[in-house]
Amino acid sequence: MRLAEGTPGARILAFGGYQPTRVVTNDELAQTVDTTDEWIQSRVGIAERRIAGPDETVADMAVAAGGKALAASGLGPADIDLVIVATCTPEAPIPNVAATVATRLGIVAPGAFDLNAACAGFCYALGTAADAVRAGTSRHTLVIGAEKLSQWVDWTDRSTCIIFADGAGAAVVGPVPAAEADAGPGIGPVVWGSDGAMADKIFIKDRDSFIFQEGQAVFRWATTALHPVARQACERAGVDPSELAAFVPHQANLRIIEAIARKLGAPQAIVATDIIHSGNTSSASIPLALSAMIERGELGSGSAVLLLGFGAGISYAAQVVTVP
Amino acid sequence: MAMTDQEILDGLGEIVDEVAGVPADQVTPDKSFVDDLDIDSLSMVEIAVAAQDKFGVEIPDDELKNLKTVQDVVNYVHNAEVSA
Repeated sequence: MRLAEGTPGARILAFGGYQPTRVVTNDELAQTVDTTDEWIQSRVGIAERRIAGPDETVADMAVAAGGKALAASGLGPADIDLVIVATCTPEAPIPNVAATVATRLGIVAPGAFDLNAACAGFCYALGTAADAVRAGTSRHTLVIGAEKLSQWVDWTDRSTCIIFADGAGAAVVGPVPAAEADAGPGIGPVVWGSDGAMADKIFIKDRDSFIFQEGQAVFRWATTALHPVARQACERAGVDPSELAAFVPHQANLRIIEAIARKLGAPQAIVATDIIHSGNTSSASIPLALSAMIERGELGSGSAVLLLGFGAGISYAAQVVTVP
Repeated sequence: MAMTDQEILDGLGEIVDEVAGVPADQVTPDKSFVDDLDIDSLSMVEIAVAAQDKFGVEIPDDELKNLKTVQDVVNYVHNAEVSA
């Protein structure tokens, strides 16, 4: 028996994002639940969010984001041999979203699976993809985070309906060419973990239930336990936080984002605040935020960016990547 | 050695200033966090976390709703230190 022929490292070739067209403002929510724009902005930092249409599926959004990333990468469907969709809101347990998305993008017979690590899903999927490419079991992997959280939200519950939203973000992962191996890998080692003892802090009880979140407990955990994970990801990648061009944490709550960023201590880093206009889109939030930053020209090619996903499980994952 | 109430109050003032930007001299015993200092439930969590670092006293989420005034927190820290 022998191993597949590996590569020196994996990198991200391109990003793509998709958001539904319907914008729901805080004022619109205030018409149906007892809340105000000021209250929402001060507690969670969200001004507006995007909500999918009634017939728009997780797969539809994943196809839109994945297609954009694929087009931007310069590769064709035939170059992709693995598709991973990070999602916790698929329409049904089977079939998985990934195989459907692959076929709709014209990708023939790839490895295809869904991955559920809730809001940490994209970082888990990216870590898995990077390892597959590095080990030589995939040449190019399409990684997508896609969620339709709106269908799992109680729209009469003012503590959750103000937070969650829909969308998808994607990245194409490929090998670092041997000639460029000296520049180092484009995706650093993933630092991942979980704690099932806190499973009751964020959950959906059953198929007839909605998202429940113990806000204070999650806030306390996120603002105390995660900056060491973020620092560890930097350490494993050999990148000092002071060298980071950007910090893109899961867009859970602006006050969590700001607290982690303050404790991380990355003075040069632009901190992603996509939540203001996108809400919390779980596994889609990191690639959505990062692709928007790249589109706006805020990050130069080759700059180092720290990703940090965290959420239900509870689960978390972080890695440093370089901008394509 | 246990801290005096004045020392706890001074430390709490520094924390509130850092967490919520409320000047420490406004953090007086009779002030209500919500009504007088405009501090919400998430900031109370941040204050609890900072208090744990500063005083070595853990304030669980379940206790936070009972701590309405600055004096309530001073008492809580004081009592936790005495029983520790």
